[in-house]
Amino acid sequence: MMNFLNDWGLVLTIFLPLAGALVMMAIPKQSEGAIKLVALGAPLAAAAMGILLMLNFDYGDSEHLQFMVNKNWIELINSNFILGLDGLSLPLLALTLFIVPLVVIYSWQHVPNPGNPKAFFTLMLILETAMIGSFLAQDLILFFVFFEVTLLPMYFLIGVWGGEQRRYASIKFFLYTLFGSAFMIVAFVALYFLAKAPTGIALEQLRALGGSYADMQAGDPLHSFGMQALTYSGAAGIAKTTAIVIFGGMFLGFGIKVPMFPFHTWLPDAHTQAPTQGSVILAAVLLKLGTYGFIRIAIPIIPVAARAWAPIIGILAVIGIIYGALGCLAQTDMKRLIAFSSVSHMGYTMLGISTLTAFGLNAAVFGMVAHGLITGLLFFVAGSVKERYHTLDIKRLGGLLISAPKMGWILGFATMASLGLPGLAGFWGEFPAILSAYDPAVGLNVVLFRTLMVLAAVGTVLAAGYLLWLYQRTAFGTPSEEFANDPNITDVNKFEWLAWSPILAGIVILGFFPGLIFNVAGPAVEVIARTVGG
Amino acid sequence: MWFFTHVWIIPALMALSFLLILFFGKKMPKKGAEIGIVFVGAAFVLALLTGGNWIAWSNDNPEGHGPAAEGAALANVDPSCSSVAAEAAAVGEGVEQVEGKTAASEPAGAEKGGHEEVATRPVVSCVNWFENGDQTISIGTLVDGQSVLLLIVVTLISLLVHVFSTDYVHGDRRYTHYFAFLSLFTASMLFFVLSENTLQMIVGWELVGVCSFALIGHWWEEKPNSDAALKAFLTNRVGDIGLLVGVIVLYFAAGKSFSILDLNILANEGGISHNLLLIGSLCLITAVMSKSGQFILHTWLPDAMAGPTPVSALIHAATMVVAGVYMVARLYPVFFEGLSISGSSVNALSMIGAITALFGAMLAFVQKDIKKVLAYSTVSQLGFMVTALGVGAWTAALFHLFTHAFFKACLFLGAGSLSHACHHSFNMVDDMGGLRKIMPKTFWTYLVATAALAGVFPLSGFWSKDEILAGTGSFPGTQGANGEYHVMLVMLLLAAFCTAAYMTRTIWYAFYGEYRGHGTPHESGPRITTPLIILASLGAIAGIVNLPAAFDFLPEGAQTRFEHYVEPVGLYFPAITHAGFNPALAVVSVLVGLAGIGLAYLYFFKDAFAGLHGLAERNKVAAFFKNILVNKYYFDWLYTTVIVGFVKGPLARAANWFSANVIDGLVNLVGKTAVGSGNWVYKNVDQKVVDGAVNGAGSSASGVGAMLRLTQTGRIQQYAALFFAAVAILAGVFVVVIG
Repeated sequence: MMNFLNDWGLVLTIFLPLAGALVMMAIPKQSEGAIKLVALGAPLAAAAMGILLMLNFDYGDSEHLQFMVNKNWIELINSNFILGLDGLSLPLLALTLFIVPLVVIYSWQHVPNPGNPKAFFTLMLILETAMIGSFLAQDLILFFVFFEVTLLPMYFLIGVWGGEQRRYASIKFFLYTLFGSAFMIVAFVALYFLAKAPTGIALEQLRALGGSYADMQAGDPLHSFGMQALTYSGAAGIAKTTAIVIFGGMFLGFGIKVPMFPFHTWLPDAHTQAPTQGSVILAAVLLKLGTYGFIRIAIPIIPVAARAWAPIIGILAVIGIIYGALGCLAQTDMKRLIAFSSVSHMGYTMLGISTLTAFGLNAAVFGMVAHGLITGLLFFVAGSVKERYHTLDIKRLGGLLISAPKMGWILGFATMASLGLPGLAGFWGEFPAILSAYDPAVGLNVVLFRTLMVLAAVGTVLAAGYLLWLYQRTAFGTPSEEFANDPNITDVNKFEWLAWSPILAGIVILGFFPGLIFNVAGPAVEVIARTVGG
Repeated sequence: MWFFTHVWIIPALMALSFLLILFFGKKMPKKGAEIGIVFVGAAFVLALLTGGNWIAWSNDNPEGHGPAAEGAALANVDPSCSSVAAEAAAVGEGVEQVEGKTAASEPAGAEKGGHEEVATRPVVSCVNWFENGDQTISIGTLVDGQSVLLLIVVTLISLLVHVFSTDYVHGDRRYTHYFAFLSLFTASMLFFVLSENTLQMIVGWELVGVCSFALIGHWWEEKPNSDAALKAFLTNRVGDIGLLVGVIVLYFAAGKSFSILDLNILANEGGISHNLLLIGSLCLITAVMSKSGQFILHTWLPDAMAGPTPVSALIHAATMVVAGVYMVARLYPVFFEGLSISGSSVNALSMIGAITALFGAMLAFVQKDIKKVLAYSTVSQLGFMVTALGVGAWTAALFHLFTHAFFKACLFLGAGSLSHACHHSFNMVDDMGGLRKIMPKTFWTYLVATAALAGVFPLSGFWSKDEILAGTGSFPGTQGANGEYHVMLVMLLLAAFCTAAYMTRTIWYAFYGEYRGHGTPHESGPRITTPLIILASLGAIAGIVNLPAAFDFLPEGAQTRFEHYVEPVGLYFPAITHAGFNPALAVVSVLVGLAGIGLAYLYFFKDAFAGLHGLAERNKVAAFFKNILVNKYYFDWLYTTVIVGFVKGPLARAANWFSANVIDGLVNLVGKTAVGSGNWVYKNVDQKVVDGAVNGAGSSASGVGAMLRLTQTGRIQQYAALFFAAVAILAGVFVVVIG
């Protein structure tokens, strides 16, 4: 069993959805039943694979990559097909494997206009493969390929199945991200050329990787895209100013994806126009590629630049928290409001990351998963509201608790979770991130970070404000005449229950047992924090 | 011991009750109310048993004094919860053994009010909650006199409120949900009082807040109710900034530990710098201001009366709103050291408390709504408790919390009974009157509770309020208890005067004169009156649990029992001094109360001071002051209209405008320029130079299949081309730079 998992576990988890997509190509467009079966079967198979992996994962050793696959890939540039799973990847892998089947279940009756489930699900399966691949890749080029492949399916999901302004939104999403990616790949290539083999213990560790590293001497050019090798190198041999510029390239690539202020403006448009399923996946998983990139790639590989950038990231994160919340207060569209709330919430994650401490990074990992579940749920509900009311204009909604009581309760639950109520998952991404800012990594400006801490705490008030005002205007009160006796407004249906109840349970379980993520990700991020001296 | 290590069962029971009501309540014959009552009854019995065990546990405390015994007293603290306590316990045991072998240990001297106290033996149990790097964060229970006290108060009031509610909210549209939330609230409150660490306290603190939100907004169909719920939640969130920051500061101050015992012992024994304690305590005071309705964050509490009345009694009078007081008491060394309570004459805590006590009482005068009078009265009485904590009278504060829970819950439930009879109106000026004869049980219980609140001898309020007044250490004969807080004594006496007067006013409007409402009122049923009678009785007699030590004519073991069992002694609690009972002060405080009652009696009942009646209509100065009171000092205007209005309006719109116009304007400009130059490149370079590359891009794009046709844009080739062009250019630049 272990041999099988070691050889094939990660590969199968990544490519089972893609295999599903290939199978689907062969199914005629008319047989929707078969298409949906494959659409659900493939992510479930991947999830089963993932569960097997998680059951066999050595949690006592979660700081090391497990089930590693290392094959030659593009020898010309020494880029290899390296996959691995550690405590940092595991929660995000679990999140992806968890969300996608639920999205498929939700889509069972909800394939948005203009229909065509075959194309819709094919894209979703390709997207899943790309997302999982991004979280498991341990080679920069491999990561970049997966990272970019996520773009196309999402571009089509928005551009084809989106709202009225889908073209503008999808192109904006595509080009914005591409703009950042371009700088990112340049940074990767620069690392390839400039990074040298380190000295001391790091050199031993590098040599232990074997292969071309086995007999490297300190100062030899690394010529590698391997994340482990580059991490051991720690940007040795790169002048500090150059390192800062290289980090800047990654900052653009990842920061746009997060999205960080002031690169957030693609997000409200993309979310508002995307079909529900697209919004859920975008919020739940795709945004995390950015934050994950910071933790996995940018910080450990160029620690010296991470320390220089940390104050800027921290400041932008807190601006994002406050600014995103203010943006929410100004919205008149429910979905757009939820989209803006992502800007604010991801600010907490980035604040945690910017402290460069184990606690902060751990909070960030938790925040990613929590935000994925909670905002995913919010978008689900918003989608179902839209389907029933044919509008998300907050002014026209109201009395959801009367028209569809159960849905109103679920919205209330998600609202409370989103504003960081303790006992639910959101709190554990928020409070520890604020806490970590009190005591940032050695060498960072304590006064600055403590100021950021207080401002971030102020952000929690604004979050409560916009979420509760949203809830008051949509759920409380009595339905307006327009919708009072509308037969289309029905309560939560079977498929919605199936898709939502696991998320509801997940939010509560993580709220009461935060160790499920903290204990797993902790050792992995601690290693990273040590490399930057936090 | 079993009860102390398994005390988690009590909140767990209530949490289970919540789930059962939520999922099965509607199918039950009594719609879930019976589940709630059975569980809260069981919780109350368990709480009483725990209380009994605590008394026994305290009584057979081994004799021993001094630091060694104080360390040894911490032997029942699980070392994994509090490393500092474990260390102290280990040292203590070692010393005790050594001393036991050599000679009898020497008493460490009578520093505590003249008589020696044996160190309290708290029982702390915990389990690993989660790990963060090398740190383990635990979750567990801390059992000592203080938590056991609240355990009993919360379960008792909750039980009575459950019973009361079965009649009061009978036939409500969300009857089952109402009881579910009562259970959830009780569970959260018990979780909060049993907290072993400050992180857990935050969790409980927020959970009671959300229950309060849900219950204030119980009738959310009407906008004023949901507005009140939102106001409560958001105001508390403002205070929570202080809570979060304070807990964080203290976490690092205690050497990265959330443990309450760690923090208290270190703060008490000088292990934390004064400045950190000062910052931490000031932050936490902000949280107290919101949760316990202290000036200037009190404005949510009167509005919270929009919720059902039993909820007001339970949450907004007896239990949740004292969470702030409880927290200060729980972390007392932080405040005692941080604010230098001992030996000074003013500090932030006592000042806020005294201002609240007085200004809240004044607002109660201009209310027409009987519940609002009681709400402001609660604000004012919470001010008494906070002042007491601020002047070092810890026991007095907790004692007042205890007595206040009974008589104020009685008053709220009494107001509920009145409104039940008067077509659900709480307007005592326009819709009540003359109910004394019609509702005798409500009247008498209300009267007793009023007298207790006004501090009439020998009802419970007299004893607890007197202790607070003495605790200021200002009155001749009690000087220098912990300091000399003269201003506080004066303000509290004035507040006590106002309290007696405004309560007399409510009695006049509700029970005397002619009935001014509609229909024919009637006395409420037994499920409403029984809780009233129980609470009024307790409100009358609860004072006997802490009779002054000066009463040496009483048998031994009848004095200061409350202090003996509730107040901790030892390393985790500061050495506070207790002000003795002062007959002169007692007389003054009773006279002040009687003066308030008497003047109000003459004014309302006897139409005395004719010149004062309708003064505000005739006199501009009086009108000015009345206007200030009617507008509640304009705090609501400041918060809602000015601050919230600004943030929601111009500020939010400006942020949105910035995104939509400045940032996106730039993005769109770049986009247009890029498309323009792309077109130029396409026409002039691409077609001629890189033809092959584009063809390649085009064919791979069409390889994506039928997808392309779906887009109906037909422009994907262009974007793909753009992408490849961009990457080619960047790569070119890069090669040049690197090369």
